Amino acid sequence: MLVRLPGCPGLEVALSVRLAVTLSIKEMVRNAPRFASISAVIALITVLILFLAGLGEGLALGNRQFLERIDGDLLVYQETADLQIAASQFDGSVLASIRRVDGVADLGALAFSSTVVEPLDAAGSDGAEDGAQADGALGGERVALIGVEPGRPGAPPVREGRTFTSLDANEAIFGARAALFTGAEVGDVVTVRSTQGAVDERYDLRVVGIANGQQYQISASILTPLVTFERVRPKADAAVDPRRLLFDVVAVRAADGVPPATLKERLEREVRGVEAVDLVTAYTNVPGYTAQESTVNTQTFFTLIIGVLVVGGFFQIQTLQKVPQIGMLRAIGASGGLIAWATVLQIVFTNLVGVALGALGTAGLAASFPPQVPIEFRPTNVGTAIAGLLIIGPAGGLVALRAALRVEPLTALGLGK
Amino acid sequence: MTAAGARAARDEAAAGSAAPPETPALEVHDLTKTYRLGEQTITAVGGVTFTVAPGEFVALVGPSGSGKTSLLAMLAGLLRPTEGTVRIAGQPVADLNDRALTRFRRRMIGFTFQSNNLLPYLTVLENVLLMLSLNGRTTPAARTWALELLEQLGLGDRLDNLPSQLSGGQQQRVSIARALIHRPAVVLADEPTASLDTERAHQVVETFASLIHEERRAGIMVTHDLRMVRYVDRVVQMRDGMLERIVDDPTDVAKLAEGAP
Repeated sequence: MLVRLPGCPGLEVALSVRLAVTLSIKEMVRNAPRFASISAVIALITVLILFLAGLGEGLALGNRQFLERIDGDLLVYQETADLQIAASQFDGSVLASIRRVDGVADLGALAFSSTVVEPLDAAGSDGAEDGAQADGALGGERVALIGVEPGRPGAPPVREGRTFTSLDANEAIFGARAALFTGAEVGDVVTVRSTQGAVDERYDLRVVGIANGQQYQISASILTPLVTFERVRPKADAAVDPRRLLFDVVAVRAADGVPPATLKERLEREVRGVEAVDLVTAYTNVPGYTAQESTVNTQTFFTLIIGVLVVGGFFQIQTLQKVPQIGMLRAIGASGGLIAWATVLQIVFTNLVGVALGALGTAGLAASFPPQVPIEFRPTNVGTAIAGLLIIGPAGGLVALRAALRVEPLTALGLGK
Repeated sequence: MTAAGARAARDEAAAGSAAPPETPALEVHDLTKTYRLGEQTITAVGGVTFTVAPGEFVALVGPSGSGKTSLLAMLAGLLRPTEGTVRIAGQPVADLNDRALTRFRRRMIGFTFQSNNLLPYLTVLENVLLMLSLNGRTTPAARTWALELLEQLGLGDRLDNLPSQLSGGQQQRVSIARALIHRPAVVLADEPTASLDTERAHQVVETFASLIHEERRAGIMVTHDLRMVRYVDRVVQMRDGMLERIVDDPTDVAKLAEGAP
């Protein structure tokens, strides 16, 4: 008789794991097409989920990026606007009221609209305003137009160039995507086109700076000083009354040591007809933001569920096909641990290969997409998606594992008749 | 050792020769298995008693439903008896919990089944070495023994083949090697010739019998095919769950055939 294995549970577990690894690898290598096919399916699910995550992040970023990056704590709306920026409107008098509130360190008026940046080679560059567009052959890039007060909350720091020289300078700071789409660089003069009354007007603006991403409402954006904004923005009447400057909301920075919640209370109590919210509340109230987020999240969730079902179904079918083998293994003395380890290792390995292939495929595909596609891969959302994907294999395989462990050798081998 | 030789050895031991009596490899005492089916109690196996000595090859025969499969399952520790005991190398199997029973099976019992014998993704040699791996005994000496055994079974040139590349007879021979490689006390075979043609069936059982005798293992083979009993030392004949008789001279196939299905 051969020497008996010492009765050491740890040794037995190690033996089971080692044997499970050997059996799993041999089965996968010798049934490579079968396992490759499920890895390919997992890779496709991975591509889909990463794209959904990237698209979700890209769209969300496109909506919130400018608001999220405001150098302030609160955004003040007209009380009746129901936190809709387009419905909120103030004139300059509100700025003085807000400034008087104890705890306000700084504030800046913000105004939002949209315009079209004409192609650089088509732009007039004499620095003067052009007349109406005569023909209908209009081109260019539609962008969000944001009016800010130079040096105040809301005016972004530039990564290239400089900030505005005055409140009415014919200058623009381009967000990164706007610069990418139009090809504009610091020092260029670009032409923007807006409808004034019933005609299109063109205005030349000098690009003085490029800021990091400043998207707003899924659009690339350009920023101008507030008075320039008022002149350039589309409006029913081209005339501008500089004594009565209008804007949409006010960004407020709290003084050191003043909690934003306290400042919010004070603002709403001391300034008539305003509602103040933090920046997160502000961008979640951008029209469509929450609906869009929940749509993309629902799609991602269901794709993950489909992934769990597909992976689970595959391993479930495979386990059912292997019932006689598993029964034989149990009969000859293979422990439940060995069966479990072998099943889990195969699931984890197949899933890992699929996720890795999918991640590589996503990176390759994403690189081939034009910049207009709003896909944004952030380490956190990619990490979360990959963690979810790595969980779907074992989650889907739980049923298979349970089935494998419930195989009765007696029944599996036809001895239980 | 031939079948006749084994019989002679057993008879000598039974006659009380000078040598001390050897512990039976398998002792079955009053083994009973009943099932409840509604109000009815069905006796699958009732009060079966017999022993098998090391080096003895026993056939378990009987018509369908005679209880031989249930009996084999109880001998293997895959089915708990309602009453009675099974001892393998002196160890009462019923005393073991599930975990210990699994360990006991992989050390003390060798199996061959009708089909589904081998793991399809392991080669011939790997399938045989699997039993050693399960027992944590993959030593060079054990590997040499596996190679010798496979050579003896005529599979020396098939070591790296997968089961799908073998004939049914070759697959059964691999499973015989796997059943014997870890030198168990008892080897159980459930219809090992069921899927083989006559010629291969004879080859397989003859090889099996000679290895049982040479290695001095106790072999129990369930079979429907009475032509195969010529290779065994004794025949345990079952009917309606009861042990009908034990035939000490299996060459008298005609006598057995009286009780055949």
